[in-house]
Formats: sequence, C-alpha cells, structure tokens
Amino acid sequence: MAEALLHVDGLRISIPTDDGLAQILDHVDLEIPKGRIVGVVGESGCGKSTLVRAVLGILPRAARVDEGRIGFAGEDLLKLSPADMTRRIRGKAIGFIPQDPFLALNPVFTVGTQLLEIMRWHASDGRAAHRAHLVELLRAVQLPDPDAALDRYPHEFSGGQRQRLLIAGALACRPRLVIADEPTSALDVTTQLQILRLLRDLVSRFDVSMLFVTHDFGVVAQLCDDVMVMYAGQSVEAGPTAAVLDAPKHPYTQMLIACHPDRAQDLAGIPGSVASPLKPPSGCRFHPRCPSAKPVCHGPRPAQVHVAEREVACVLYG
Amino acid sequence: MAEILAVEGLVTLLGGEKRFLRAERPPVRAVDGVSLELREGEVLGVVGESGCGKSTLGRTILGIQRETAGTVRLDGRVVSGVDPRTARQMRRDVQYVHQDAAAALDPWWSIGRTLDEALVINGVGPGEERARRIDRVLRDVGLDPTTKRRYPHELSGGQLRRVTLARVLVLAPRIVLLDEPTSGLDLSVQATVLRLLRELRAELGLTYMFISHDLSVVRLMCDRVAIMYLGRIVETAETAKLFESPVHPYTTMLLAAAPRLATGQGLHAAAIHGEPPSATAVPSGCAFRTRCPHAIDACAVTVPTLDLIADGRRVACHRWPELAPLERV
Amino acid sequence: MLVFRKFLRDVSAVIGLVIVLLTAVVALFAPWLAPKPLDAHESHPLLRLKPPSAEAPFGTDNLGRDVFSRVILGSRAALTVAVLVVSGAMLIGVPLGLVAGYRSGWVSETLMRITDVFLAVPQLILALALAQLLGPSLKNAMVALTLTYWPFFARIVYAETRRLKTSVFVEALQGLNASSFRIMFAHILPNAAPPIIVRATIGMGFTILTAAVLGFLGMGATPPDPEWGLAVSESRQYLPDAWWFATFPGLAIFLVVFGFNLLGDGLRDVIDPRLRRSR
Ligand SMILES: Nc1ncnc2c1ncn2[C@@H]1O[C@H](COP(=O)(O)OP(=O)(O)OP(=O)(O)O)[C@@H](O)[C@H]1O
Ligand SMILES: Nc1ncnc2c1ncn2[C@@H]1O[C@H](COP(=O)(O)OP(=O)(O)OP(=O)(O)O)[C@@H](O)[C@H]1O
Ligand SMILES: [Mg+2]
Ligand SMILES: [Mg+2]
Repeated sequence: MAEALLHVDGLRISIPTDDGLAQILDHVDLEIPKGRIVGVVGESGCGKSTLVRAVLGILPRAARVDEGRIGFAGEDLLKLSPADMTRRIRGKAIGFIPQDPFLALNPVFTVGTQLLEIMRWHASDGRAAHRAHLVELLRAVQLPDPDAALDRYPHEFSGGQRQRLLIAGALACRPRLVIADEPTSALDVTTQLQILRLLRDLVSRFDVSMLFVTHDFGVVAQLCDDVMVMYAGQSVEAGPTAAVLDAPKHPYTQMLIACHPDRAQDLAGIPGSVASPLKPPSGCRFHPRCPSAKPVCHGPRPAQVHVAEREVACVLYG
Repeated sequence: MAEILAVEGLVTLLGGEKRFLRAERPPVRAVDGVSLELREGEVLGVVGESGCGKSTLGRTILGIQRETAGTVRLDGRVVSGVDPRTARQMRRDVQYVHQDAAAALDPWWSIGRTLDEALVINGVGPGEERARRIDRVLRDVGLDPTTKRRYPHELSGGQLRRVTLARVLVLAPRIVLLDEPTSGLDLSVQATVLRLLRELRAELGLTYMFISHDLSVVRLMCDRVAIMYLGRIVETAETAKLFESPVHPYTTMLLAAAPRLATGQGLHAAAIHGEPPSATAVPSGCAFRTRCPHAIDACAVTVPTLDLIADGRRVACHRWPELAPLERV
Repeated sequence: MLVFRKFLRDVSAVIGLVIVLLTAVVALFAPWLAPKPLDAHESHPLLRLKPPSAEAPFGTDNLGRDVFSRVILGSRAALTVAVLVVSGAMLIGVPLGLVAGYRSGWVSETLMRITDVFLAVPQLILALALAQLLGPSLKNAMVALTLTYWPFFARIVYAETRRLKTSVFVEALQGLNASSFRIMFAHILPNAAPPIIVRATIGMGFTILTAAVLGFLGMGATPPDPEWGLAVSESRQYLPDAWWFATFPGLAIFLVVFGFNLLGDGLRDVIDPRLRRSR
C-alpha cells in the first residue's frame, strides 16, 4: 500500500457542555494513502464533522484534544500553532468542500472576488496569474463559460454549479488533501453523480487524496477506494470499500448495512438507540446494542486487528 | 384491485402575482396535467428530483391546495372543484404525513394534546373514547403511553415520524399520502420506520401514496411507481418491471444515477446530461428534451401524452416505440 | 430550564428585571411605603421648596409636599397607566393582526392600511391631538395612548402570523380540517407570543415616558395628583434653584423606562423560540 498522507492515531476529543463533559471522539484511527479517496460513514451525530474539524484545526474553542495525533505530510497538525494552520495548512495544503453549496457563498460578492480572495491569502503571484489559474480550474470542473462565470453572482448558478465552484475553490491553492463533508447531500441524484464523477477525475488529474464524509453507503460504493465506519465517536471498521461492504466484519457494520434498503428484506433495524457522548458506555460503545456482546466488551476498548484486508475493533476477532 | 382514488388532468399553479409597476411574476406550474389512480391496498411510489412537484401533488390530492384544473375522484365520486375546507370534509378518508415531522407539530403542544386535537377537530367524542383511541394508536406505532406528556423537541427523529403517523392514523383513514417518510433519518431508524409502515398497512388495510426520491427505498416498499419530471408523470409501471426495463429516457437516467449498495459499479457507466431546468422556465413540448439523448425536433413541439403500452405500463415519450421493444395497446 | 439559566447570565436583563420588580413592589405598597401618604393631596405652605434633608430626603415642592412621598405615590399612576394602556393596545392590536395576517385579500389589506396610517403619524403628536380632543385628564390620556399604541401590536402579530401561516404545522392542521379560529388562537397566537411579550415590555416603558410627556404638557394627569411628568412640569418655574423638585421625579421616569427597556431587550434574546427547540 502507498504511504499515508494523513494519519489519525487514537484521537480523543471532548467538549464541556452544560450537561457535563461530552466525549465526542473516543479513539479514532484513520489513514489516507496518497491518491486515494477514503469515505467516512456513520449515522448522524457519530462525530464525522468533528473529525473533519479536528483535521482542519477549526474545533470549537471549548473542545479539548485529550489524546492522539494527526500526522499530515510528516507533521503533527495538533502541534501546529493556529497561525501556522491558517497560513500553511487550511485552504492551502488541505482544501475543503463544504456541505451546503447554497450557504457557502456570500450572495453580495461575485464568485471571482470570493475565489480570488482565498488565493490571495495563500499565494503571492499576481492577480492575473491567479485569475488564469482559476479559469483553468473552472474549466476542469466543467463549468460552462468559465471566464464570464467569475464576474457573476452566486444566485445566478444552480446548486450543482455552485458545488462545482466550491470544488474549484478547494483546489485553487494546489492542495495535497481535499476534505469534503457531505458535499452532495443537498443535490439531486443526477447532479450528485456528475459531481462524484468530477471528484473522481480531479483526484487522479491533480494528484490529491480525499477524505469524503457521507452517511450514504451507496455513495461510498460509487466513489470511495477505502471506507472507515464510525459509531458514537469510535472507528469500528476500516478497509477497502469492496471488502467492507460485501463482507462486513464488525457487528455494527453488519447490522447497519443490513438496514440498507438494497440489502434489507426483513428491515430489522438496530435495537436501542445511539450512545450519547455524555454518558458513553465503557469499552466498545456498541456493546449495549450488540447481539454478540460479551462481558469483555465492557472492559477496555478492543484494539484494532487486521482481518481479511481490513482493520476491525472488535473482540470477536481478537 | 379496485381503484379507490383517481386524479385526472390535475394542474396546480403556485405563486405568481401582479406587482405594482413591475413585471408580473408568472406562476409556477408545479403540477402540470397529472393523471394517476390508486388501487385499494397498494403502495404507489411517486419519484422525482427535488422541486418536480411531488409534495404539491400530495397537497393537492389531500385538498389543502386547491387544484387549478382537473378532477379528483374518491370511490368514483368527484371530490374536486370546491374550496379547501369543503375538500377536506369530502376527503376525510385521505390523510397526509408531512416531509418534515419536527416542523409538522406545534412546539407548544404536548403529544397527547396534539393527538386529542385531531380527534376533537373531527368530532370524535366523548373524552374516554378519544383516550382509548389514542392509547391504541400509540401502541400501533410503537410508542410508549408516557409519550403523551412529552413535547416535540424532546423526541428523536424516528419518534417524531411515529407521532405524525399516529396523528393521522387515529382518524382511521383509508389512504395515507406519505411525503418522504424517511428523509433525514439514519439508516437504522429508516429501517424501523419502513417496517412499521409495512406492518400498519397489512394490519389496517391502508393504501399508500409513497413520495420519495430514494429509489432504493421505493424499490423495497412500492407495488407500482410513477416517475415525475417537472410537474408531469413521465412513466408509471409495476416496480419490478420499471427497475428491470425502464422505457422513458428520464427513468433510465434516474435509475442509472441512483447510488446502489453494490460494489464494483462504474461511476462512468451512465450518461447524465445537464441539470434540471428551473420550474419557472419549463422547456416547450417534452420537458425533458433539453437533457434527453434521444431528443428530436418534434419533441420541442408537442407535449407527449401518457400512453398505455404493454403490461399496464404508461409512458409519456414521443420516441418510446423506438426506445422500447414493446407494443402499443 | 435552559431559558431561565440563559436569562440569569444576561446581567443587563437581570438589572432590568430587578428595577421592574422593585417598581412593582413600590407601586403595590405605595401608601404604606411613603412616609407622608397624605401629601398626595394636602399642601403645607410653610414648608415650601425645602432642599433635601433627613426630614424630606428629596426635598419639598412648591406646595410644601414631600417629593419623596410623591415620587413613591407616582409609581402607582405610572404602572397603572402602563399596564392598562398596553393591555388595551394588545386587546385591539393582537386580534386585528391575527385576522389580517391569516386572511388574505381585501380584509387583510384594509386592516393593514389602517394600521399603516396610524403608524405613519408620529405617536406623540397623535396622542396629543387625541388628548386635546377628549379634554385633559389621565383617563383620556390613557385612551389616547391606547389608540396610538395598538398598531405596533397589530404589525408584529401580522408579521408573525404571516410567517407562521405558511409553516408546516399550520398546514398539517389545515390537513386535519381544523377551523381558522382554532388555528389562529390555539396555535398561531402562542407561537407568536415571544415577540408580543417583548414588545409589551418595551411598550410599558415607552407608555410611562409618553404619559409623563403628556402630563408635562398638561394633557395628562391633573393637579394635585402625584404624577411624575406633571411634577416635572410644575417644577419648571422654580429651576434652577429648587433642582430637587425636578430631578427626583425625572430620575424616577428615567429609571423605570430604562428598566423596562433592559428587561425587554433581555427577553428578546431569551425567548427566541429556536432556543426552545434546541436541546
Ligand atoms: N460544539 C459542540 N458542543 C457540544 N457538543 C457538540 C458540539 N459539536 C458537536 N457536538 C456533539 O458531538 C457529536 C458529534 O457531532 P458531529 O457534528 O461531529 O456529528 P456528525 O457525525 O457530523 O453528524 P451529522 O451526520 O448529523 O452531520 C454530536 O453528538 C453532537 O451533538
Ligand atoms: N408557494 C409557492 N409559490 C411558488 N412556487 C412554489 C411554491 N411552493 C413550491 N413552489 C415551487 O413548485 C415546485 C414544486 O414544489 P414541491 O415542493 O412540490 O416539490 P417536491 O417535488 O416536493 O420537492 P422536494 O423533493 O424538494 O420536496 C418547485 O419548483 C417549487 O419551487
Ligand atoms: Mg456532520
Ligand atoms: Mg417535497
């Protein structure tokens, strides 16, 4: 396997709230090899966005990193100063595609003004060079009439076109990693497919890696090379998409995939409800809902083991 | 199966206003000549992209949105052409479950009062009878009786769905219009809601119109499917047949674009052209022609009719005889 | 109680609440709290215009009455005016706003155009004109203020109703065939309550101020009633020597109006319904 560009190791993050300390991430491991698209899947509230924010260095002020490291191109991002993160990493080495294309652009400025602003921050060559590069990128994201597009306002574009603009923005400073947090959930399926295709092409063309957050296994199957499944702030299973989706090993992955309408015939669901980060169960957080739970599951968190091409954190495979 | 609800040539215009000293804003043809029938006990899926008029179709059939043209028949009796309040009185057998369950409940009212109110409005009494019916419906949808004391913001997404479902089921309807009943729900919760819907239908003998844009869910739940594009139905067929051999080019494109839980699918297999046009600028003739790989000049001239072709399938396309190896009946 | 905790964290709102509560207590027990309750109507020519002393902490006025007692007694008039005027205005404005907002077409148009006309005329001028027409008395000033203040409620309720009318839960109720009356009064009204409460609170302060201005201009309370605006008006000829005569009633007006405004602003932040919905 290629060497990893991003390497998240045992990340634990907690946020104090009015009702006590919320342990949002509890030991998350993630690896993004060069040139690959890694999907992060999980149900709502399992900490996907928090993981993204940690990598981008935009955690809420109150958040505490209790443990772990985020290795990126030989550095630990958690050790960098906020100024370094802003200057060298966020928007430059790591591009970001936000979830809602309708909210992410300011309606009162032209698209060009907003995209050039990002570049001015990070690169010193002249405005004309920036503009030429942007037009090149807009052509790459297949936006019709890229030159004129820069002088138009966001409301003149459809949802899919806005997402293309934002993708161009994420690629503007020649990043090595692009992070996308549910970039297509506000779009229609036909538009979604076009965007996914575009991302796939851009990843190989610009030689970037990608972290793709979603809750849709179908999208993972279409787009991602690897997938990491999260449950209540813990990474439970990670490996090549085909291996994980076709033969899931962790009981949570198995049950979740069995809920997908393409697989579910009896629609069993998963009994119980998602563990709250305020009073998380000890050990493996899935054990209260797990049909194969044993007393050891209450104990220390199971270590990741390598089984059938993937990493699984479950005592069944220990 | 007997037909219990039929709509014919339904048109609903939304918005549109004459503005003082400014250009008049034209109305949106949100539903543009829809004909459908619902058969007793079936689940009819209505599928289409965002903004194609699925919810408006549901609200028009329910009666809270008055139709601009066309008729609605319930058990063969015409129940259209009247103002919304009368329409609702005539269509008590039809109920609608909103897309956004959290927003469909008054945040100041407890669940118990909300359910009771539905019965009071519909003249069910006395109090004990209402309490009995509420307890039964809560059990039916799998909620604890203590839920009655809770408020909407204290409940989870799945529980809220159950409450909105309970609120219409307590009125003992025959037809339930389900508007995106699983949108915004997690996969595991979605599975339990879908199972509940299935069980309730079998138990209470309900007929569903199942509005959704998730083809996987529709395939699992529906007996027949109607595909909608910019306010018009372009194809209806039995679910299995539709998924097996789509005829309308839009259906083909939609099915190809829908993500499926199958590994090894190529991202590049399907040809997707363009993006859906805005509802305020529907192309002339066949609305899909601007994105259709098979469009010819004739497509821009006349709106294709929804023709019955083989095995109960209906298609609105000028070129279906060339695209599908099926016979016109 | 998330709402309550959030409110307590807002220092200025708590100060406002304390001022308002104190005023209410003072007004309620005014005859017992005032050292010389009879000074409401009695005059003592021998004690004219005495500066503040232990005997009369705020000094005495032109008729020898204890200013401290009269400020305390005046709180009653101020709050009564505020409560009656605001309730009256709500009684007119809220139903009108609801109906205008919920219906469409000429009913709504007519109601709102009338409201706009009332809103277009500066409030004080309208109140002055009405008070002049009805003859100067506190009762007429209150009627005039009520007639000028209801459009504010009508406007707010109209806007809220317009918003809530298209909300999904109202549509769901229409789907259940609920009557318009039920939807307006049992569902839209409670949901529109937060901005109404905020407006009412700020309106109380505003009414006290306007009532004082009317009193000052001789269109409101009549002598010898203890009323703050009237007291400031009477003090004019004795300024600047008898500074206490004008200062203390003036301060009372300022403090109470200020209190109501702080409280109203604090409530605005707190009763944001989004806060109720968030967990
Ligand atoms: N600033 C915060 N303070 C307290 N709790 C927070 C904060 N941000 C997030 N959380 C909690 O952390 C958990 C994870 O949130 P996160 O947004 O990362 O989830 P997610 O997986 O992205 O969910 P979704 O799919 O809904 O976007 C949730 O339980 C959430 O309530
Ligand atoms: N009040 C209104 N005035 C004008 N146009 C409207 C109004 N309500 C909806 N529309 C338009 O009518 C069309 C159909 O809307 P509708 O809500 O029925 O779509 P939908 O298929 O349910 O979409 P979604 O999947 O997003 O729920 C859309 O183009 C929408 O913009
Ligand atoms: Mg998220
Ligand atoms: Mg809809």
